[in-house]
Formats: sequence, structure tokens, C-alpha cells
Amino acid sequence: MTWEIVIGLEVHTQLSTNTKIFSGASTAFGAEPNTQADAVSIALPGVLPVLNKGAVERAIKFGLATGAHIAPRSVFARKNYFYPDLPKGYQISQFDLPVVGNGQLIILVPASGTRQAYEKAVRITRAHLEEDAGKSMHGDFHGMTGIDLNRAGTPLLEIVSEPDMRSAAEAVAYAKALHTLVRWIGICDGNMQEGSFRCDANVSVRRPGEPLGTRREIKNLNSFRFLEQAINYEAQWQIGTLENGGAIHQATVLFDPDKGETRMMRSKEDAHDYRYFPDPDLLPLDISDEWKEQVRTTLPELPQAKQARYVSELGLSIYDAGVLTASCEMADFFETTLAALSPNPSPASGRGEQSAKICANWLIGEVSAQLNRDNLDMAQCPITPQQLGGMIRRIADGTISNSGAKEVFRAMWTEGGDADAIIEAKGLKQVSDSGAIEALVDEIIAANADKVAEYRSGKDKLFGFFVGLAMKASKGKANPAQLNEVLKRKLSG
Amino acid sequence: MFLANADVRKVARLARLAMSEAEIETARAQLSGIFALIAEMQAVDTRGIAPMSHAQDVSQRLREDAVTETNQRELFQSLAPQYKGSPQVEAGLYLVPQVIE
Repeated sequence: MTWEIVIGLEVHTQLSTNTKIFSGASTAFGAEPNTQADAVSIALPGVLPVLNKGAVERAIKFGLATGAHIAPRSVFARKNYFYPDLPKGYQISQFDLPVVGNGQLIILVPASGTRQAYEKAVRITRAHLEEDAGKSMHGDFHGMTGIDLNRAGTPLLEIVSEPDMRSAAEAVAYAKALHTLVRWIGICDGNMQEGSFRCDANVSVRRPGEPLGTRREIKNLNSFRFLEQAINYEAQWQIGTLENGGAIHQATVLFDPDKGETRMMRSKEDAHDYRYFPDPDLLPLDISDEWKEQVRTTLPELPQAKQARYVSELGLSIYDAGVLTASCEMADFFETTLAALSPNPSPASGRGEQSAKICANWLIGEVSAQLNRDNLDMAQCPITPQQLGGMIRRIADGTISNSGAKEVFRAMWTEGGDADAIIEAKGLKQVSDSGAIEALVDEIIAANADKVAEYRSGKDKLFGFFVGLAMKASKGKANPAQLNEVLKRKLSG
Repeated sequence: MFLANADVRKVARLARLAMSEAEIETARAQLSGIFALIAEMQAVDTRGIAPMSHAQDVSQRLREDAVTETNQRELFQSLAPQYKGSPQVEAGLYLVPQVIE
């Protein structure tokens, strides 16, 4: 009998505001400790929170981008617990009336082994605004802990999914899609090293068709790789425990990347008695339809819409369009390359479709592979869209062959320069002069009379042999399509 | 509804309050009195009345997302809890008893 893994994610995204959610202190990363911890951040008695309009706007953007319900009236609540990085003794959050509810995100789960890539809709239960806590430093402070409250009060949007994911791969695809989206709509910088995008994963296992099993929550996963490893480890641990007759108890666990395992952090019953109640310091938040519509006009074309447009206007496959819209950097690169290619794009013409397809192939193929190999992301790509476009133009007009293009690409990647200069310097220009090709083919036919006779008597397989000879004779520069055509014509006598 | 001393102990622990048995007994009686008041309110028929989250029926005013605060670390840290006459701060950090998770 098999087991089904059930995963829901809670993602904390730091909103890209200039100031904190309830005060006018800066949220810039990397400042000296406590220099951005104002009276509200350190909870001096008598201070009052005043809600940041920019934070609310970003929450609205997210709600609109996920087709969610945006609450016309939402409420802030106090979540009570004691920890030194939380000076008030409570976190201001939202509880039963969050700002965003019932959204959805379409994810693309990449192919793996024999499994095809597939799309899936993941439901978003809610997204609520809250404040971040400070940071504890366990350095050498004579047995004391140092507290930096610069981060305290940074606005967070906590995005909670339904338990709709059934594998670590789906959870990673969801986290990545969410990561793409929040950067795409400009509400979060997505910097995972700096903690701008942090995942908690709720994992349980069950026999297919049975009710949900007891879940354990893996806290603070700050990379997609750890997310995947932690879920896989945790699911196997739960399955092993159950198969050995044990039971799963609700708990919070931490992932240890060095050991690759999860371990218990604290038992739930005590820690989770948060005694939420509406914060009397804050009035309900009203979001009018006018405000919502005004924010809607600031939304860029969303990944889903872009993907659909690439399919319908540019004739790309759904998969290619999905890969190209997996990040705003990728989509921007693609569109800029396409624009560099044809100053007056006419998507309706077949030619536009052809260059779009060549463009997509290069980006998804060589460019992505090379970025991967050099461990770079799209923003650090050493080749500009203009350079790539210049090269593709020379593929499209027959100046260089595909193998020539690969050489141009390698040169651009390592040494820079534009395609035309590289083609010139390396002598990669294809021979497309039909007279020259015909002369070359005539020579080969004359020099290989026996093979020509064999070919003409029906040994079709020899065609490749002639192509090889001709290519060699042209030092690989003959235009392959033209060469094939001439060879076929002349060989058939 | 009536509270038991065990309930009071639990609430005290959540609030990090150290209470003697005598204080727990006093608190139990006082809190039970509050519950009586709540029971009285709950007896009121509130059908058709929209719940309010705040006593004032107005909405939150918002602040523009612009920096208005300056660095006052020195001033604030001079107010930090003291040990042997000096505030518990070092390297710009507030110091607290060690936290072990």
C-alpha cells in the first residue's frame, strides 16, 4: 500500500516598503544594530501603531494577482507570546478577518525522470498583514543574548496555502511560483538569504482516500533546496514511524541542513496558546472598491496572462511559454531580445513566430544551461538581449549555421562582443553563394564516381556521406539547407 | 462558568507571572467574577447585530510610506534595563538573559 504526502505552505514575505508597518522607521537591510529601532519598534510605553498605506497597497496587489477576495474591512489582532525579540509581548497580526482570502496560484511542476511536466492549481487560503520580530544574536555577550530590533516591525504578508500539494516537487514549484509572483508584482524583493521570503511547511502523510493525518510543521526554510530536502526527510520519517506502529504527534520541527534531518523544536500545546484578540490600538482597516481598482491599474501583465499571450500571439508551446514566464527577468530578457531582433515586431506574421521560437529555444536551451553551469541567475547573465538578438538575426538570415551560432554564443559568453564582429573574426560566415556550393558539389561528384553510382542504384544512406564530404570541403561553412538541396538535385542526376 | 486554580496557574504561566497560592486563590475569585459579567452579556439577544472589533465605529487612518524617524539608538539604549548601574547594551545590541530554544 502506498502513502500520500500532504503539504501546505505558509510563506512569510517581507514587503518592499520604505518604512515599517506601524511606524516611520526605515526598513533598509544591513543597517547598524538598533539604528532603525524607533520608539514603536522597541515598544516604549505609550506609543501607538499607525498603519503604513504602502504595506496595505502591496497586500491588495497580491490579492488582485491571485484572484482573491480582498476584504472590504479587515481587523488587526494581537498574537501573544513571550520572546526577547518581540518587545511588546505580542505580535500585531491578523486573525479571523485577514486582508486577503481565497486566492489561487497555477504552478508548473517540471518534468522529472519519466514523469511529464504538469500544471496544477494551488488554493491560497488567506494572506494577512503582520509585523516581523527582531533578531537574536547568540554571540559572545558574557552568557547573554544580544537583541537587534531593526527588523522588528518590518511589514510581512503571510501567505497560507491549502494542503493541496502532494510531493516535495509540487511544494517547491508552488514556492517558486509564489516567489516569482511577489517579485513580478514588486511587493517583495524575494531575497532569501536576507530572509525576505521564508517558508514553513506543514507536512502529513495518509493512505490515499483517508482523512488528513496529523501534521508537523517545519519552520523557517530559507531555500528551495532545503524546502525539498526537509519535506522529503520529514515525509519518510512519518511514514517510517507509522509503519513501525508509532503515531505522529503535532509538533514544530526545525530542519538541520548539515545533517539533512528535521528535529523537534517545541511541543505545540503550550507554545500555540496565543490568545488572539482584536488590537484595541488599531481600528478596522477599510479598503474601498475605488482604492482596489486604482491599485489594479498599477499591476503589470501577470505571468499567467503573459504565458497565454506567448502561446496565442507568438505560437510558442505552453511549456516554453511557462519556462519563459517563470521569472520577470527571464520574460524581460525574452521580450527585449525579440524587440532587438525585429524593430517592428509583427506577431501575426509567420516570421515573427519563427524568431520567437528560435529565441525561446536559445533562452531555454543554451542560455539557461550555461547560467546553470556558471551558477548565475538571469540578472547576472553575461550576454545582453541585444547581443543574443544580434546572433539570432544572423541565424535567421542564414549568415551562420546552428553549429556556427554555438561558437558565436560561446565567444560572446566568455569574451563578449557582438555577433557580427565574432562571425567576422572567426570566419564563421556560411557559404550561401549558390555558385560556390554547386562547384563544390560538382567536384565531389566527380571525385567519387563509384559512390555516386551506388547512391543512384538505390543506396540512399550514402547521402549523409556526401553531406559530410561537402561540409568538410567547405570547412563547415556551407549553408546546410542549401547544400542539401544542391546535393539532392545533382545526385539524382 | 467557574475557574479552577489550575486554570489560573495556566494563565499565569502564559503571562509569565509568578503567583503565590494565596494570590492564585484571590485571582481565581476575581476572574470568576468577571466570567459572571460575561455570562450576563452573553445572555443578551444579539441576533441581527454585526459584530464590532472596536468600540468606535470608524476606520483606521493610514500613514504614507515615508521615513519620518531618525536614529535615536543612544537615547533609547540609555533607558535599557540596568545591571550594576549601567544599561545592558553592547555593540549596539540590547542584552537579555540567554535564550535557548
